[in-house]
Amino acid sequence: MSVEIWTILFVGASFLIYIYIGWQSRVKDSKGFFVAGQGVPALANGAATAADWMSAASFISMAGLISFLGYDGSIYLMGWTGGYVLLALLLAPYLRKFGKYTVPDFVGDRYYSQFARLVAVIAAIFVSLTYVAGQMRGVGIVFSRFLQVDINTGVIIGMVIVGFFAVLGGMKGITWTQVAQYCVLIIAYLIPAVAIAVYLTGNPIPQFAFTFSDIADKLNAIQVDLGFQEYTKPFANKTMVDVFFITLALMTGTAGLPHVIVRFYTVPNVRAARYSAGWALLLIAILYTTAPALSMFARYNLIDSLHNKTVTEVQELDWATKWESTKLLTFEDKNGDGRLQLTPDKETNEITIDRDIIVLSTPEVAKLAPWVIALVAAGGLAAALSTASGLLLVISSSIAHDVYYRMINPHASESRRVFVGRIMVGFAVVVAGYFGVNPPGFVAQVVAFAFGLAAASFFPAIFLGIFDKRTNREGAIAGMLTGLIFTTVYIIGVKFAGMPTWFFNVSAEGIGTLGMIINLIVTLIVSRLTPPPPPEIQALVEDLRSPIVEEETSAGVLH
Amino acid sequence: MNNENNRAYWRKNTALIRNLLIVWALVSLVFSILLVEPLNTIRFFGVPFGFWMAQQGSILVFVVLIFIYAVQMDKLDRKHNIKR
Repeated sequence: MSVEIWTILFVGASFLIYIYIGWQSRVKDSKGFFVAGQGVPALANGAATAADWMSAASFISMAGLISFLGYDGSIYLMGWTGGYVLLALLLAPYLRKFGKYTVPDFVGDRYYSQFARLVAVIAAIFVSLTYVAGQMRGVGIVFSRFLQVDINTGVIIGMVIVGFFAVLGGMKGITWTQVAQYCVLIIAYLIPAVAIAVYLTGNPIPQFAFTFSDIADKLNAIQVDLGFQEYTKPFANKTMVDVFFITLALMTGTAGLPHVIVRFYTVPNVRAARYSAGWALLLIAILYTTAPALSMFARYNLIDSLHNKTVTEVQELDWATKWESTKLLTFEDKNGDGRLQLTPDKETNEITIDRDIIVLSTPEVAKLAPWVIALVAAGGLAAALSTASGLLLVISSSIAHDVYYRMINPHASESRRVFVGRIMVGFAVVVAGYFGVNPPGFVAQVVAFAFGLAAASFFPAIFLGIFDKRTNREGAIAGMLTGLIFTTVYIIGVKFAGMPTWFFNVSAEGIGTLGMIINLIVTLIVSRLTPPPPPEIQALVEDLRSPIVEEETSAGVLH
Repeated sequence: MNNENNRAYWRKNTALIRNLLIVWALVSLVFSILLVEPLNTIRFFGVPFGFWMAQQGSILVFVVLIFIYAVQMDKLDRKHNIKR
């Protein structure tokens, strides 16, 4: 059977499973719709969090990025996993104890201010929208590459699928489809990685093949031969200060991303929140420790099979001609010697490899069966759809719960709240689809925003809200605003206005770290110059910290 | 009495968090970034040690840290006699 038929089969079957789960977990009440009834077991929530977290970018682009960056690619590996330690130790258990539905819920209640709530709502919507546009685009790209469907048709199919289970099942439907999507995406990622590990080293476990084989040495030697830096050499592309700042910004940004945080509201108790953070990171680590192995093997293998080969030899490789037709892999014998050379210099380089094909081409390069290629397509879709659905729920709950219920109509009935929630999910799906079809040219550029803004706004506000009882409304608002404004101005200035990276050459991706530090300092100082929070808020903080778990009453002081 | 119990619980909790975060910062920010160059002179099987910490070791330590925290907090919860 051909790759296309296998792909239709796998993608079709996985979509049927998602729809079935969505139908089975349809909900009627607001607790079910916004926090899955707080009945998700720790391990299931871990799998859902992992799928929620690992996006089309993690699945398709990350290994490719690392492949080109070598050591410097560690910023993504450590940045996108280290944040879970902060989340598990500093935020998740207390937010679960708080027991409400959203991140703006916490910010608004803890800082007894509708204005703080509004700032949190705007930041949550902005962060989630920039992120979701990329996911819908990812769905379209996978469809167009593997099924020869028009990108826009692919986006619309994705919208219908996500819309179906999110509108019907809310957080509950999303949670259980994410569990299924984790299984699909991790199998799809591991099979090609294991195959290429066996092919190059004979060792089937990619992490062991990475550590114990001689591929790193061989690749270093080839890289130096070709005029590149050694693959394992640090700071070849970025300075040490920049690597430090980007890693820390991604870590604190991860811990502050609303669609990750809300997952911890869905477990039954504080203890489950702690364990589910551990399960989530363990399940994420399976992919994140495989990725650098895949990066190194794929780079070695691509150079080995393409560099210094004659043009006719390369044309005989099926996968090379196939990817050449997509323009993601291009050859040009510039010096006319009949052979193709890979060099770091653009003028003389004859082989151009798009970073996105590293993961997608591995099954073919490693000569795997067509069904594996189809499985990778289904995995890419699972990664994009699971992340998109989590983000859509955050957008929906920000409007339906935080703005409509908490600010406009606090007397809204149960059924009305769920109804508004469903309408808002539908609305968010359409907006996300629109951005998927008409991607704003700056989408790739603004991803730095999502992490920078989360790091500079939510992380300090929630952290101090729990660990510093003296932090008050004035401090938190001043801190969030200065953090947000500073980070926004620096990122826009550097990315769009030609501003020099005046802070120790730290790039736009890393400036969220400084934004976070500024937020912390401003919050602490302003809080101490203004009156302490009212007694009932101090009691709320005491209650968050106390080990006694009394369901339903933990946030009762504010009702 | 209850207040004292809560304060002792919170003290032990924050001390545990502090210790685990020190390890977290050491393996990622210090070993994998600030000290990566000297550590790369040490071989770890097929790869330089600093590079291995940045791309494998730190992530494995992160997972272990979270489970240590969860297990230790279970013990602390029991000790402070918390019903759930």
